[in-house]
Amino acid sequence: MATLSLSGIRKSFGQTEVLHGIELDVADGEMIVVVGASGCGKSTLLRIVAGLETPTSGTVRIDGRDVTKLEPADRDIAMVFQNYALYPHMSVFENMAYGLRIRGLPMVEIRKRVAEAAEMLEIGPLLERKPRQLSGGQRQRVAMGRAIVREPKLFLFDEPLSNLDAKLRVQMRAEIRRLQKRLGVTSLFVTHDQVEAMTLGDRLVVMHKGRAAQVASPMEVWGVPADTYVAGFIGSPAMNFLSATLVQGGGGAQLKAGPALPFADGPRPGEDGTKLVIGIRPEHVQHLPDGAGALPLAVDLVEPLGSETVIHGRLPGEEVLVARLPLAAGAIGEVLPVGLPPASWHVFSAEGARLPARATAPA
Amino acid sequence: MRKKVIFKGVALPYLLLLPQLIITGIFFFWPAGQAIYGSFLREDAFGLSREFVGFENFADILADPNYLNAVSNTVIFSSAVAFSALGVALFLAVQADKAIRGADFYKTMLIWPYAIAPAIAAVLWLFLFHPQIGLFGRFLNGIGIPWDYKLNGGQAMLMVIIAAAWKQVSYNFIFFLAGLQSIPRSVLEAAAIDGARPARRFWTVIFPLLAPTSFFLLVVNLVYAFFDTFGTIHALTRGGPGQSTTTLIYKVYVDGVENLNFGASAAQSVILMALVIALTAIQFRFIERKVHY
Ligand SMILES: Nc1ncnc2c1ncn2[C@@H]1O[C@H](COP(=O)(O)OP(=O)(O)O)[C@@H](O)[C@H]1O
Ligand SMILES: [Mg+2]
Repeated sequence: MATLSLSGIRKSFGQTEVLHGIELDVADGEMIVVVGASGCGKSTLLRIVAGLETPTSGTVRIDGRDVTKLEPADRDIAMVFQNYALYPHMSVFENMAYGLRIRGLPMVEIRKRVAEAAEMLEIGPLLERKPRQLSGGQRQRVAMGRAIVREPKLFLFDEPLSNLDAKLRVQMRAEIRRLQKRLGVTSLFVTHDQVEAMTLGDRLVVMHKGRAAQVASPMEVWGVPADTYVAGFIGSPAMNFLSATLVQGGGGAQLKAGPALPFADGPRPGEDGTKLVIGIRPEHVQHLPDGAGALPLAVDLVEPLGSETVIHGRLPGEEVLVARLPLAAGAIGEVLPVGLPPASWHVFSAEGARLPARATAPA
Repeated sequence: MRKKVIFKGVALPYLLLLPQLIITGIFFFWPAGQAIYGSFLREDAFGLSREFVGFENFADILADPNYLNAVSNTVIFSSAVAFSALGVALFLAVQADKAIRGADFYKTMLIWPYAIAPAIAAVLWLFLFHPQIGLFGRFLNGIGIPWDYKLNGGQAMLMVIIAAAWKQVSYNFIFFLAGLQSIPRSVLEAAAIDGARPARRFWTVIFPLLAPTSFFLLVVNLVYAFFDTFGTIHALTRGGPGQSTTTLIYKVYVDGVENLNFGASAAQSVILMALVIALTAIQFRFIERKVHY
C-alpha cells in the first residue's frame, strides 16, 4: 500500500508529444480510473508509472520516493495487461509463483499465497493447467492472481476487461472493485469505457489528447464537467450542446433554438453577445404536453429502451437534440413540445471551458 | 486453414503428380535401390564380376578402423557445427531483435552468407586460414602459435567446423529472429514487472518459448552437418590431413569415387540413408504434433 504522485509528466515519441504534463496525486488505497478515447495516452501514462517507458520530463513518486529512473523490477508494482500476458509455457501455478520465486520467497510461503489468491479468484482447480487450456475469463483471473500474490504497493490495470464478453465484463468489474476494496491496494485502472470508469473509480482522470481534462469523483465529473469534452464523454446518450449568446447583462442566454432564458444559478462574466455553449443532458430534457414555454422538437429517430425512450430530433435553427423521456412519447415525423430547464444547464464558453456563475454575495 | 480441392475421378490427380513422381523415381528411388542392391554385392579387383555377399560389406565396414574413425569425426564435427551455429545465431538474433536503428541493414548482412556457394566460401576461408598467405594463419604463426591445418589434424577439424558452421548461421538466424519476434512484448514486460532482470528473462521466458524453434533447427543443422558439408570439406581439406577430417559422407565419396570400392561405398550410403530417414522422421513427427509449449 502506498501513495502515488505524478508531476509534470511529459512524453514524446520522436517529434510527437503524446503527454503534455500530467499532474496526479493518488492517496493510499485509492482506486483511480484513467478514462479517455483510444489514443489519448492512457497506456503511455500507465507504462510510465510501471517503468516500461521513461518520461521525457517529470517525476513519478511512489510513497514519496522518486522512482522515475528505476527499473520496473525495483518499483514493487504489479500490472494486469489487456491481453493478460501470461507466460504461455508455465502452468497457472508457475505463472503466479514466478514473481515470488524471483524475490526468493520460501516455497511454503509461495504455496500459501498462491493458494489464497486462487481461492479468492476461484481458480483453485486450474492451477496445473497451461494458459492455452483456459477461457478468456479464466486467463483474466490468473492475470489478476499473478498481481495479487505479489502484494505490491501499486496495482496497474491496462484495459483488463476489454477482451471479455459483455456479461463477463460486468461480473469481473464488480469483482475487481470488491477485491481492490478488500486488499486496499492503491490502484490505477485504465479504460476507454465510461461506464467502467464511473462504476470502478474513487476518482476519475478524464484524459483528452494527452492532458488530464478533469480529475474528480465520478459524480462530480458527471455533475460538474470541467469542459465540453468531459461533458460529452461521460454520460450516455451524450450531453446535448446548443449554441447561445450571453444576454441580460450576463444573467441569461439567448438560445439559437429560440427563447432567451435566465441562468438558474446566477450571472456569468462577459459582454452581452459573447458566444456560449449550453449543455443539457438528454435525461434532463422535459416533455411538456401542455405546451407552455415549450420548444418544438421535430422527431427524426425513436429508440425505445423499454422503460425509457431516446428521441433524436431537431429544434428550430437546425439544432440537434437528444432527449431521454420516461414514457414512450413521440413518433417519427411528430413535433414534440420539450422544455430545457435552466436549472439543468451546463454553461460553457465557445472554446469549451466551463463558465461557473459569477461569485455573488450569499443570499 | 486447409483447403480441400475435390477432383472428379483419379486420373487427373495422378496425371498432375506424374512429373514429380518421375523425377523422384529417377533421381531418388532408382539410385537408392541401386545402392541397396550394390551394398550386398562385391566386385573383383578388376571390376569384371560381381558376387552376392550378403551383409559382408556391412560387417567389413563396421570392423574397419578407418570407418570407425569417420564415425567419431562425424560425431565431433556435426555436434560442434550444430551447437556453434545455433549458439552464434541465437546470440545474433537476440541482438538484432533489440536493435532499433539499422536493424534491416544488420539483418540483410547476416543473411548473405547463406547465398554464398561452398567453393567460394572455402576460398574466403583459405584466405583467412592459410598458414602463409592467410590473415589469421600468418598472424597466429607470427605470434608464435604454430598454425598449419595441412599438418595438424585438430586444426584442420577446427577450420572445417568454423567454415561449415558459419554457413549455417544465417539460416538459423532467420528462424530464431522470427521466433523471437513472435514472443509477445507484453509477456516480457510482465516478466520485467515481476522482477526478472534481462538474463533471467532470457533463460526463463525467451529461451523456453524458443524451444520448438531450437529443436527444429537442431535437426536441420545435424542433417546439414552430416550430409551437406561435403563441398566445404572437399574444398578446404579433402578429408585430411591423414583422415582427420574425413566424415561419413566424405568417406562414401572417397571409397566409391576415388577407391572404386563400390560395395563398401554402397553399404555406407545405405547406413547414411537410414540415418537421414530417421532424422527426418523425428522432425516430421515433431512438426506434425505442433506442440509449442
Ligand atoms: N512506442 C511508441 N512509439 C510511437 N508512438 C507511440 C508509441 N506508443 C504509443 N504511441 C502513440 O502515443 C499515442 C498514445 O498511445 P496510448 O498511450 O497507447 O493510447 P491509449 O492507451 O490511450 O489508447 C498514440 O497516438 C500512439 O500512436
Ligand atoms: Mg491503451
